Amino acid sequence: MTDLSDRQKLGYIASQAADARLNVELETEGMTLNIGPQHPATHGTLRIICRLDGEQVVWAEPSCGYMHRGYEKLTEVRTFPQVTTLVNRIDWLGSFANEVPFILAAEKLMEIEAPPRAQVIRTILFELSRIANVSLFLGDLGVQMGAITPVFIAFRDREYVLNLIESATGGRFHPNFDRIGGLKDDLPAGWIDETRQVMVKLREFCDIIEDLLFGNEIFQSRTRGIGIIPADIAKDYGLSGANLRASGVDYDLRRDQEIAMAWDKADFKVWTHPDGDSFARCWVRLQETRESCKIVEQLLDQIPAGPVMTKVPRIIKVPEGEAWVATENPLGVMGYYVVSKGDLGPFRVKIRTPSFNNISIVPWALKGVYVPDIITILASLYFILGDIDR
Amino acid sequence: MAKKKSKKPKTPGLFKGMGITLGILGHTIKDGANTVQYPHEKETPPIRARGVIALHEDNCTACMLCVRSCPDWCIYIEGHKQLAPPRRAGGKPRQVNHLDRFDIDYALCMYCGICVEVCPFDALFWSPEYEYSEPKIADLLHDKNKLGEWMETVPEAPELEAGAQKK
Amino acid sequence: MNLLATDIPYWGQSLLRVLGGLVAVLLPAGTIVYLFLFKMMSFMQSRLGPMEAGPYGSMQLLAEVGKWMQKEDLAPAAADHRIFKMAPLVVLVSTFLLVVVIPFGPDAWFTNFSVGVFYGLAVASISVLGILIAGWASANKYSLLGGLRAAGQLIAYELPMVLATLGVVIQAGSMNLQDIVVAQNTGEIFGFSGLGNPYIFTQFIGFLIFMIAVQAELTQAPFDMPIAESELVSGYMTEYSGFRFLIFFIAEFATAGVFALIASVLFLGGWGIPFEWFGWTSVDDVDNWMNLAGPVIMFTKMLVLTFIIMWVRFSFPRFREDQLQTFAWKILIPLALANTAITATLKVAF
Repeated sequence: MTDLSDRQKLGYIASQAADARLNVELETEGMTLNIGPQHPATHGTLRIICRLDGEQVVWAEPSCGYMHRGYEKLTEVRTFPQVTTLVNRIDWLGSFANEVPFILAAEKLMEIEAPPRAQVIRTILFELSRIANVSLFLGDLGVQMGAITPVFIAFRDREYVLNLIESATGGRFHPNFDRIGGLKDDLPAGWIDETRQVMVKLREFCDIIEDLLFGNEIFQSRTRGIGIIPADIAKDYGLSGANLRASGVDYDLRRDQEIAMAWDKADFKVWTHPDGDSFARCWVRLQETRESCKIVEQLLDQIPAGPVMTKVPRIIKVPEGEAWVATENPLGVMGYYVVSKGDLGPFRVKIRTPSFNNISIVPWALKGVYVPDIITILASLYFILGDIDR
Repeated sequence: MAKKKSKKPKTPGLFKGMGITLGILGHTIKDGANTVQYPHEKETPPIRARGVIALHEDNCTACMLCVRSCPDWCIYIEGHKQLAPPRRAGGKPRQVNHLDRFDIDYALCMYCGICVEVCPFDALFWSPEYEYSEPKIADLLHDKNKLGEWMETVPEAPELEAGAQKK
Repeated sequence: MNLLATDIPYWGQSLLRVLGGLVAVLLPAGTIVYLFLFKMMSFMQSRLGPMEAGPYGSMQLLAEVGKWMQKEDLAPAAADHRIFKMAPLVVLVSTFLLVVVIPFGPDAWFTNFSVGVFYGLAVASISVLGILIAGWASANKYSLLGGLRAAGQLIAYELPMVLATLGVVIQAGSMNLQDIVVAQNTGEIFGFSGLGNPYIFTQFIGFLIFMIAVQAELTQAPFDMPIAESELVSGYMTEYSGFRFLIFFIAEFATAGVFALIASVLFLGGWGIPFEWFGWTSVDDVDNWMNLAGPVIMFTKMLVLTFIIMWVRFSFPRFREDQLQTFAWKILIPLALANTAITATLKVAF
């Protein structure tokens, strides 16, 4: 048994006591509170059924699927190039990062590899979409706790990143820029300089958020020691990304796996935090944003000359076989298991999305917390509805 | 710096935050806001922005490639074969595909750009125009005349970054 | 009431009082909403706020009022209809009752209660009742939670507020707000009377506690958990729409204005300027033009104080309910008690 916080122990006792009262006296049956499906804190349609004793949660269960769009099934009736358009929409804040693992899986099946220039540009865009994703998280964190200013600052500075993505790929939210065998197009002139300037702005943004939010005593008192997830519990529930690293597990697929991307060319630190509480999760994400800026800046210097597309047939047919590729997406480990029967389109695609696993810990983490802490814990776990329901 | 920090008691976190909001207030008063007052002033989208698809009708041969590659099947093409006058004098009349209908339903379009990419005859182009919302959803179905009008707004492709290889 | 040294008949006085009351409540509310909620908040977030309605969006509030008035007056089926519809009015009434005791000039007052402070603090807690019945009558779990939180919070913060006011009352030796203003403007700090004696200097801890309590009483961030839009949707206001929501909205900002007025009376010298500047010695010497200048001075001071209230609101995240109670009972109340004790001791000693 791992160390539980006092609050979680109390919560367990309270839940037992509530059950006992229910059975024996039928006096205080508690109150069932539905958080969602339409609720400002779930930023989407997630429903969390909580049983409350006063303001304390004795039992909670997430109920997802309100936004299920059936992407795994839809991919079966589409060709490989068309699938990129669909998987863009899974985690809609870091769209480019969704395309990469799928394309890599298809490339693995076809036994081709993107040219080095394409790999570096892919990695840069991947990190930019991570920044676009996590910077919104940092702003949204404030809103969940009642501070309205950080979200506007986040939107302001995220706009620079989106503009960069748009000027390179043509799409702000859904780039659809990745192709089997490389990239759709090369970067437009002046893009590299612009990116350097934006990275400076984003570091400033990180400093602002750190002073405005993370240094705030109220924020700290709301997040420190709340929703502690010990390392082995986090592993048991299959958490990934910053949620796992905040529990002290040093695991980052960018560094830990051999993959046809350019992360090995950059020197970056994988941040972990020993605490495993809400503050740790937020803090790790803040540091990761800075780390991403660093990766982008380093890779901008290392873009090799050359083509961005290998020779692929005009009509792509993927040979028969199965491939699994996972990458460290903004939210955590995202992977595609692609089964091909040699057709134009995949036979079956299994999508492993990080948010789905990350919210599976909600019943465990919410036991014994107060209603306001539900919001803090949900916000710090950081899920995106499209990513849960896909 | 670290020494200075440890000297200060815990309170500054709150006041630092207030300082930042005040700083932004001053910045907005002095240099203006970061927002754009949309109907009065507009941002220019980047050249590559995928705003609306323009059709160069003369190039289209109604080959149906775009229709088949569209992920949500929002392009409708009808055509018929007809005889065109021969290229050289005395030659045989050529058989060409004539385009009767080319509709894109923007209510369905996902702006993925695959149709533009697969077009083998350079008949489709992206234009960064974005102001074509309609009160009625049916009006979002642009026919070939309307798609042809967008051709005027299609910009030149941007220069590429150093080290890029021309196709 | 002897306004501007002319004898006004009784009906005229009543009319003036009613109009003055409306102006004293609605003008600060409108100003706060436009200046701080619309403009300052937007500027702090690097945007411009409403710009379309009127020059620089100055008519935006009127446009919003027009929008809200047109909306259907909805009530949930399970709600206790009569009480549900009454609740916003109760909240607004408390604001109007509160403004009655505030003096705006040597003769420009609505009523000159001898126990004005006592009355003001008593009346201020009526709004709790309105919020509680709004939360209860909505038949909504979120509203109920919000209403209960509001009740707990407002009761917890009533106490430090009373204790902080006590210091002022001890120093002024009167519970009459007019006397408190006069005492501040005729007073002196260690023999220096050029500034009078605004109690913000001698009662600085009291002032801080009062402002924190006001922040909580107004349910502004960081004490806005009764509304807490990210957890409780909108707390006790969740089920309200149309003009009943409008009343809640106006009452929120009107109360902010009125509390700022009270704070400026208690701590910043109210309508007065140091009497020594013009050689006045008591309230009877004060020239009549102060009846017109007084409200302007009050209004300025109110703007300064509401600026601070709103500034804090837009910068801070919110506390948790139990942290808020801990803060009130374990920090603010002992501090306020100590402040009162020290003030009383010094008052007796000197």
